[in-house]
Amino acid sequence: MATVKETNQAEKQKSDVMLQYLRPKKKFPSVWCAGCGNGTVMGAIIRAIDKLGYSKDEVVMVSGIGCSSRMPVYLDFSSLHTTHGRALPYATGVKFAKPHLKVIVITGDGDALAIGGNHFIHACRRNIDITAILINNYIYGMTGGQGSPTTPSKAFSTTTPYGNVEKHFNPSELAMAAGATFVGRTTVYHVPQMEKMITQALEHKGFSLVEAVSNCHTYFGRLNRQGDPVAMLKMFKDLAVPAARAKNMTPEELEGKLVTGVLQDIEKTEFCDEYQKVVDAHRGVK
Amino acid sequence: MAGKILDKIEIPQDRFELRLSGSGGQGMILASVILGEAIGADGTKNITQSQSYGPEARGGASKADVVVSSGEIFYPKAMKLDLLLAMTQESLDSYYPFLKENGTLIVDDVLVTEVPTDNYYGLPFTRLAREEAGHVMVANVIALGAIGAITGIVTHETLVEAVLARAPRGTEEKNRKAVEIGYREGARLLKEKAAGK
Amino acid sequence: MAIKKRHLMLGNLACVHGAIYAGMRFFAGYPITPSTEVAEGCARELPKIGGKFIQMEDEIGSIAAIVGASVAGLKSMTATSGPGYSLMVENIGYAYMTETPVVVINVQRGGPSTGMPTKGSQADTMQARWGTHGDYTAIAVAPSTVQECLTETIRAFNLAERFRTPVTVLLDEVIAHSREMVTIPEKGEFKVYDRVKPTCTPEEYVPFEMTPNGVSPMAGFGEGYRFNVTGLTHDTMGFTTNRPEEVSPKLDKLANKILKYRDETVKMRTEMMDGAEIAFISYGSVSRAALQAVMLARKAGVKVGTVQLYTIWPFPEKQLREICAGCKKVIVGELNMGQMIYEVERVLPNNIKIHSIQRYDGEFLTPMQLLEKLDEVL
Repeated sequence: MATVKETNQAEKQKSDVMLQYLRPKKKFPSVWCAGCGNGTVMGAIIRAIDKLGYSKDEVVMVSGIGCSSRMPVYLDFSSLHTTHGRALPYATGVKFAKPHLKVIVITGDGDALAIGGNHFIHACRRNIDITAILINNYIYGMTGGQGSPTTPSKAFSTTTPYGNVEKHFNPSELAMAAGATFVGRTTVYHVPQMEKMITQALEHKGFSLVEAVSNCHTYFGRLNRQGDPVAMLKMFKDLAVPAARAKNMTPEELEGKLVTGVLQDIEKTEFCDEYQKVVDAHRGVK
Repeated sequence: MAGKILDKIEIPQDRFELRLSGSGGQGMILASVILGEAIGADGTKNITQSQSYGPEARGGASKADVVVSSGEIFYPKAMKLDLLLAMTQESLDSYYPFLKENGTLIVDDVLVTEVPTDNYYGLPFTRLAREEAGHVMVANVIALGAIGAITGIVTHETLVEAVLARAPRGTEEKNRKAVEIGYREGARLLKEKAAGK
Repeated sequence: MAIKKRHLMLGNLACVHGAIYAGMRFFAGYPITPSTEVAEGCARELPKIGGKFIQMEDEIGSIAAIVGASVAGLKSMTATSGPGYSLMVENIGYAYMTETPVVVINVQRGGPSTGMPTKGSQADTMQARWGTHGDYTAIAVAPSTVQECLTETIRAFNLAERFRTPVTVLLDEVIAHSREMVTIPEKGEFKVYDRVKPTCTPEEYVPFEMTPNGVSPMAGFGEGYRFNVTGLTHDTMGFTTNRPEEVSPKLDKLANKILKYRDETVKMRTEMMDGAEIAFISYGSVSRAALQAVMLARKAGVKVGTVQLYTIWPFPEKQLREICAGCKKVIVGELNMGQMIYEVERVLPNNIKIHSIQRYDGEFLTPMQLLEKLDEVL
């Protein structure tokens, strides 16, 4: 058993790591609501980057529009906060222009799957070496709680006041079908798993997606009577089914559950590498 | 009110304008590019090659213009044609009105049956391509050879080089043969015309 | 002196060679008639010089990728036509706001909507100025020959890099799809302008610093300067701001960095304007018809000249006023229902009568049509 003093020290070290990566000149506090899962995801990303020993200068964070997309602004990396849905093609430009950079895309369910859906599937297909962290909170937070492509059927939002009549996307399944070579799902309850998964995703060569299920207690939680952040985290804990266990379960048993863990980890040729081969073969040819 | 200057306007004399016309797929645009490249090969003339076509790659009307001048080419499209090649009746009907009074008219005299003048050169380009050159696709190259022979706008050697530079690999001999057929037939017609036949 | 090697080259391809000459090393695009040969040319040529080509999933992705690549330090370009340009304008706005140099070639075609893919037009003249929402100042240049496709693309890159702003090349279909004799310039023949990089330490770096000329030095991602780029209205550090005292200076910067030097952006060609009582005003293919018409009309004794604009935006107000000062009438020729004429009307004094000739049936204005118009207004 760790003593209180030891525990406090460990916590302090953790927060020191965080502080090292926060932008010194940025005006805080953040735009996020107290208790928002975005901060948890940000912490996991930072610890993963710190563990991998990336220099701040080689990391580029690209995002679109939405609550989660504000994350890069707070971090001391080169950051590109772009237009709604377009983070992936902007990131594609950055990565392809300078392949040695570590390009991380921070996006949300609305940003990546609705307005940016086309870019999402094509980034997966192209297998460009970008890590996308999709924070899935089932709703549009920044604009005030409208239904998104991941809002479950019958769920409430300000634009589905009588319950959602549409079907929802499963982001991880979509990414796998579109050709992403690393896909994992985790939740803001499963913080150690998230940190490890992001580390794996960053180390993976090719397009990697981490779907981080998160709580928007302000809108989704409130409109669907899921309670405060703590209650929502507990719900994620209860809904989570590790991928290994899910293999032996029927679709009916998995209905409404969150299958967590690495869902896909395969090797395919990477876009920038393949293009470089073309350059090597044709450079200087008249 | 109108007519104050229009009747004083003269057709510019410093341009030589050629139009190659036919139906889509007959290679008129490619032929015009080759002709432009051949005429431009010595680097002393200005050339504007342009075309108009529908969205379809085959069929439909197709025309390509080559404007040649030793000076600056202002208007890029043909205004009054010095030479018209018509590979189909439809193209002849469409563009004959743009031919200068003493302009050169060359037609495929198998596909074109009604020519509104006696002053023209008729050759069975498509038939020559199929029967003598071995492929219907090279009718445009035969036409180029004939244009070269009849107009003298480009030397025989340069035109052959330009054709070969554009010939897909493996078709060089077929194309060389085609351009030579065109030259032979064009020269024959020219001689016949000079002899008053 | 030896004659330089001249090539018969397609207008769209001349844009590629101009761009490469100017240092373009990144192209992202999406096929669209009549601009596709620009993308095809880049796909062929860029690997040979170690440059990057990518075909994106749509025009939105294309403009996003080139802005990303430019922020990462490469001179970047895309090419499209009206429908694609319409899709791009939001992210061209992002380039304005983030002060990111990119070049967008718009080979104009008939519209609105899908319009006429294989027919030419100049109906995107105003879109190049006002396409995206918000306040900003735009630069657009317009070639009229294939050789100028090359030289104006170089100029577009130079303007983009100098002013840290997107620049549109407004091209006519007839020029884009014509082949003319082109001389590829030797290295050093044309000035190539590269964006100014910061010389300060990363700690001192202010990415959107207010400078005397309005242009802030621009670091590339990964070069040791870590900074934020956002399409939100931002302060000099690149952080979001709603403060009135920071917002209007930012927008002033976007406009003034160009307007302060607008005389240096102007390029025009005038012919037969000495003693001209009437002037044609036009750009692109119409200018070539106008040149031909003026040459013929002068021979017939009419005191007519022509003014060709190579810089469409910012509109050359002062220069046009000066050149047309002696004219009694002008004729504005355009391949649209009247766009540039609004600028001419705004700029020229009331004592000059403004006539127009417009064509928007997909065909080009011919010298004869211009002469008929001239005859009518004489």
